[in-house]
Amino acid sequence: MKHLSRFTFASMLAMIALLAGVGRAAAQQPTPSDNDVNQVASQIYCPLCQNVRLDVCPTAACAQMRELIREKLAAGWSTKQIEDYFVQQYGPAVLAEPPAEGWNLLVYIVPLVALVAGAFFVAQVFRHSPKTQSKPARPTLPSEDPYLNRLEDELQHRQH
Amino acid sequence: MITNIGFGSLAIAFVLTLYSVGAALYGVRSKAGAWVDSARYAVMSVFFLITLAVAALIVLMLTGHYEVAYVYEVINSGMPLYLKVTALWGGQEGSILFWCWLMSGAAFIVMLRNWKEDRALLPWVIVVTMVTLTFFLGLTIFAVNAFYRFWTMPNGAEVTSVFQPAGATPIFPYNGVGLNPLLRHPAMIIHPPALYLGFVLFTIPFAFTIASLISGQKDDHWIALTHRWTLTAWLFLSAGLLLGMWWAYGVLGWGGYWGWDPVEIAALMPWLSGTARRWTAFLIMLTYTLVILGTFLTRSGLLSSVHAFAEGNLGVPFFIFLSLALIGMFGLLLYRWNDLEGHGALTSLLSRESIFILNNLLIMGILVVCLWGVLFPIFSEWITGQRITVGPPFYEHAAGPLFVGLLLLMGIVPLTAWGRSTIKTLGAAIWKPLTAALVLLVIAFVLGIREWAALLGIGVAALAGCVTLYDYGRSVWLRHRSRGENIFQSLWRTPGVSRRRYGGYIIHVGFSLMALGVIGINMFQTQTQATLAQNQSIQLDGYTLTYRTLEVWDTTGGSNLAQAVLNVSYDGTLVGQLFPTRNYYYSIQQSVTLPAIRSTLKDDLYVVLADWQDITTQSATFKVYHNPLVAWLWIGGGVLILGTLMAAWPSEEKRRRNRQVLS
Repeated sequence: MKHLSRFTFASMLAMIALLAGVGRAAAQQPTPSDNDVNQVASQIYCPLCQNVRLDVCPTAACAQMRELIREKLAAGWSTKQIEDYFVQQYGPAVLAEPPAEGWNLLVYIVPLVALVAGAFFVAQVFRHSPKTQSKPARPTLPSEDPYLNRLEDELQHRQH
Repeated sequence: MITNIGFGSLAIAFVLTLYSVGAALYGVRSKAGAWVDSARYAVMSVFFLITLAVAALIVLMLTGHYEVAYVYEVINSGMPLYLKVTALWGGQEGSILFWCWLMSGAAFIVMLRNWKEDRALLPWVIVVTMVTLTFFLGLTIFAVNAFYRFWTMPNGAEVTSVFQPAGATPIFPYNGVGLNPLLRHPAMIIHPPALYLGFVLFTIPFAFTIASLISGQKDDHWIALTHRWTLTAWLFLSAGLLLGMWWAYGVLGWGGYWGWDPVEIAALMPWLSGTARRWTAFLIMLTYTLVILGTFLTRSGLLSSVHAFAEGNLGVPFFIFLSLALIGMFGLLLYRWNDLEGHGALTSLLSRESIFILNNLLIMGILVVCLWGVLFPIFSEWITGQRITVGPPFYEHAAGPLFVGLLLLMGIVPLTAWGRSTIKTLGAAIWKPLTAALVLLVIAFVLGIREWAALLGIGVAALAGCVTLYDYGRSVWLRHRSRGENIFQSLWRTPGVSRRRYGGYIIHVGFSLMALGVIGINMFQTQTQATLAQNQSIQLDGYTLTYRTLEVWDTTGGSNLAQAVLNVSYDGTLVGQLFPTRNYYYSIQQSVTLPAIRSTLKDDLYVVLADWQDITTQSATFKVYHNPLVAWLWIGGGVLILGTLMAAWPSEEKRRRNRQVLS
């Protein structure tokens, strides 16, 4: 993946905790390591090249921004503070997901509403579908049915 | 001269497509079969004309006619021959022309078939395919013409046009820019054609659907007619997506293969709707819409992404075409609504029909997530003026659970019967594979996997795999017992009974294996980065990488190569060397990172040369990813392709016909 993705909320929390820890540890170090920098950078999208994470962006501009992160970390900033700084500088497009507020709430609500509506529609189909057997039940396995077996045998003979 | 041949044949092809639409419509109206036949021959000749245009462009590219803008853009004298040919789809103009060629080829093959039994469908199939082709031909002629040449106007301005503007003098550049280096990769040679072919082939079942709706045929006859087209389209689309993922993994150097990039999603959407079961008119129309939308999104420059290699002014025509197509489809659906109803009754919540409906619900859910995620940033920027990113976390949180649900349904579907499954029958059928899957799950747990989401994914994938293998094993065993064949004969012959069914099984196994790869890289990827002096090491998950040397040299292909040598050891024993590389292309002043990958069934070690100290090369910076199980994604993908091939293989249909004759 283009990023260190986390499927679950739990592991997201774990990572935030970890990052906070890294942030604090980094505050005591004179120069934060590449890994510390990347961990913050992986939360931020390159403001210039769209859909590229800052930690993997190969451009010189992004290398400079990573150095900026390093400086901020050395100055004792937390991940959240650095993220906020980037949002302030370049706008919300640097975040992997739009903040869940105001107009942007639509991003999260629309798919949910669509899925619920779809589920409701399917439930209606199930409820109103006639309960009579309109199709004769067919066996799952052709080979379970002796008649079909014979039929297949016949077919084989015809073909050869 | 050659440009004129190319452009001329395109222009004639354009006129002929218009003619064929008109002739087919007139033929229907006046019930004159001769007009329909004439339209049919026009469609066939369009294919030859576009072939001529494509051949002209290839000749121009091979012979280095850099006065042609497209050739200048994608060809460089240093490029090897195979790249010079495949540069046909390396840029905007060429790829749309290539799209037209594939479309006309598909239409040509459809015209060749025997139309005696479905004569009523023929004119409408012509109309639908040719209207689509007219649109794309119109684009190549009026918007993104591959045969434009460079001219200097009397006032010194440089312009591009097919014919010489008054007073202009032609420009003959000495060499071209050449193909984007990111695209100079084996997967990129097949990825676009496979994807386009998938897109184009979906138009054929769509044409039949529309034809059947307009001509008022009440049965589902057309589904059978186009089943293999649909399956083949799905095959190519799957192959195209897989190749794209392989390319991203091998070239882009971010340690992954799928970034939920809008353009990736644009290609995924028709694939998803093509995956939905029980083809209905609605799904086919949806797929066609998504095909056009996908081409539109990738080719219009509306989306800025790594794929937006060429931006253009195609937005407006695409938007108009898509809107008209949607209005037409919607109107037709309403007009024929009563004919479309009357699907089989749902007798049980656990019957196969019900599972297909649930399956489609989940697929539609994923589609909504994808479509909304791609479109929302565009709407948002229009309305609020502010740019936002809808990135991977959104898709993973929203679509991830739906994918797990799909995998689960896929797991139980072979055990359900048409119309009559109950908890009892399902329970009786499922307990053996379920036990096997639980055993696998326990093994995963013992091996140290603790994340519940990973365990859930592995459990569901294992269940799907076990059910499929169990069901297959059961059929083999029954056959072995009832016919007295030896077990190997039965193993070999069972799939022959129903290629489509067992092809489907193989596809299921492929999906399960791919799920392993996805879980491996999504949940257990680790990475580290460090700047190493020579003979210094970096550690990651038991691997030790030691930086040995770095060489920098100029290649004959006009680029500068920097390649590092790293010794790789695992638990103290040397297991190999890796050569992460950076390739800088002078002509376009762009560098490409070529990660070095050590791939095993257990895990991939993926190393990127991020930076190095100039001249002395005393130290270099490496980025190392450890990607567990990712090889299974490619293996599973291969299995999926094999399964699809088996399901689509021709002899099956013949057999089915024989069976119909017998019964």
